Amino acid sequence: MVALDCPRLEGGRDHQARLTCCALAVALAVTMLMSLSHGASGVSLWSLTLGDAMPARDRLILWEIRLPRMLTGILVGASLAMAGAVMQGLFRNPLADPGLVGVGAGAGLGAVLAIVLGGMAPLWLGAALGYHLVPVAAFLGGWLSTLLLYRVATRSGRTSVATMLLAGIALGALAGAVTGVLVYIADDRQLRDLTFWGLGSLGGASWPKLMAAGPVMILALVAAPFLARGLNGLALGEAAAHHIGLPVQRVKTVAILTVAAATGAAVAVAGGIGFIGIVVPHLLRLATGPDHRFLLINAGLAGAILLLLADLIARSIIAPAELPIGIVTATLGAPVFLWILLRRRGVVDL
Amino acid sequence: MLVAEDIRVVLGKAAVLHGITAEAHAGEVTVIVGPNGSGKTTLLRALTGDVGFRGRVRLNGRDCSELQAWELAALRGVLPQASALAFPFTVAEVVRLGLTAAVHADRGDLVARALAAVDMLGFAARLYQELSGGQQARVQLARVLVQVWEPVVDGVPRWLFLDEPVASLDIAHQLDVIGLMRGFAERGGGVVSVLHDLNLTAMVADRVWLMDQGRLTGQGSVTQVLTDEALERAYGCRLRVGCLPPAGGWFALPQAVGGQGT
Ligand SMILES: Nc1ncnc2c1ncn2[C@@H]1O[C@H](COP(=O)(O)OP(=O)(O)OP(=O)(O)O)[C@@H](O)[C@H]1O
Ligand SMILES: [Mg+2]
Repeated sequence: MVALDCPRLEGGRDHQARLTCCALAVALAVTMLMSLSHGASGVSLWSLTLGDAMPARDRLILWEIRLPRMLTGILVGASLAMAGAVMQGLFRNPLADPGLVGVGAGAGLGAVLAIVLGGMAPLWLGAALGYHLVPVAAFLGGWLSTLLLYRVATRSGRTSVATMLLAGIALGALAGAVTGVLVYIADDRQLRDLTFWGLGSLGGASWPKLMAAGPVMILALVAAPFLARGLNGLALGEAAAHHIGLPVQRVKTVAILTVAAATGAAVAVAGGIGFIGIVVPHLLRLATGPDHRFLLINAGLAGAILLLLADLIARSIIAPAELPIGIVTATLGAPVFLWILLRRRGVVDL
Repeated sequence: MLVAEDIRVVLGKAAVLHGITAEAHAGEVTVIVGPNGSGKTTLLRALTGDVGFRGRVRLNGRDCSELQAWELAALRGVLPQASALAFPFTVAEVVRLGLTAAVHADRGDLVARALAAVDMLGFAARLYQELSGGQQARVQLARVLVQVWEPVVDGVPRWLFLDEPVASLDIAHQLDVIGLMRGFAERGGGVVSVLHDLNLTAMVADRVWLMDQGRLTGQGSVTQVLTDEALERAYGCRLRVGCLPPAGGWFALPQAVGGQGT
């Protein structure tokens, strides 16, 4: 056999990825403080240091408005980015997005149904769910469409990822058509609700909503990192992943459930917020490589930061009014994404 | 020992393997030869469970269909005919994937040693996707090698299943890989490999399986199986086999160019 005394091996990017993780954690802490201390009501960070001496009104604003909003932002941003990274690993495609597997389409359809037909819901249902009707419908829509696709794509215990992708696209088109019909019959107020919901916002964040959707997102965020080794192996293809000893079918099942839970819950509380799931993992892959052991966690952190920043912009740019956050993420995200694509293809050499 | 009992595979509507019964031994290199489409890859994929089949495959006396993925991974490494990689991993990261289920200690420099064995150590930090075809093939081989680095663990032989490991390599690296196969077998492991080059086959094989149209038409040593008549029947072209005088090295020499001639 060939020479066995070897120099230190180059080519691992673990160290870089760990440093990035620390940097992102610090950045998240800073962003959280910024998010808490900015707002329409002029309560500043300084009042935080006053402790008990803080005026009651300020405490109310911080505790009842900004804190739940910030926490919702963190969970939604982390969920969207991590779900994107898991989805891309599962489909072995850096452009895959939860929107593609029909989770987004299903959740959107659920929400639209609730907004337009919500008035017709039986009284007991309306009473039980109250203003949770839309988020609950969105969550159910996301889950049901995922389960449907999963059933369609699974034959005798094996899930075909390609079939699921294609079926997801078909389901997305179908959901779009139904949504179109509903938009057609909606009245003016409902149309406005639809538009705002579709663009996404953290404006509706509150403790009760956070209590309902938060645990689902936290569960998904905790589960996702356990998929790291499996997703790394899947990069070699399913057969090779099996041969290096991975329980491939279990990895796929858990990945799909995780994505459905994270995306369904995030869309339910914050509406349709695009680009986080694609842009964040993509940028991180460029920076520290595709190793999912770091990518998933870093994507969660970076997604949270990005969404908090987008929310800050959304509520300060035309203060005291608010922009839908989806507009901010799209205006920032889309050009960045296009730029990455151009650069990667070597069309723009920067 | 690897035992295949009456392996039958149907792909689409066509029967591709018509009942293959064969065996391979640890400590030996077994080479599968045969023309394009004769079913070599399909047989290897049946042996490794990648394709549905009727029949039975036993590895070291245990029925493969009863073993979990991680148990099989500890027992054998599998190199497919073609490999793809989805994301921009570096060479070192790709090879490290082979350690996913590794049960053995001493992981530290295994990646480096495997890369050195395929002469790719200098490329460890390069992106896999930016390598040439032959270099990628060598990296994939290194990934399979780290998985079963020790040919024997606790007295149990481990196995390498390789589908055309030298197909895109230059002559020097072909010989390197042939050497790796020999070394693995000589240290007690089992190697089952598809090869197209009959002369390389003769250099490395202890046992040859000759495939033709989904059937095993010969099984045994090089000189037993690879005869003029058997090769002409399988490949449909005239070959002369013989031994070079001094060391007795076996060779196969084409007798004409093109299918229509002579
Ligand atoms: N997915 C498939 N569906 C139907 N037939 C297939 C499929 N894959 C392979 N076959 C057929 O099975 C036969 C055996 O194919 P196999 O890949 O095993 O050949 P091979 O001996 O490895 O050839 P090569 O030397 O070209 O690698 C061929 O006739 C091929 O056309
Ligand atoms: Mg083949």
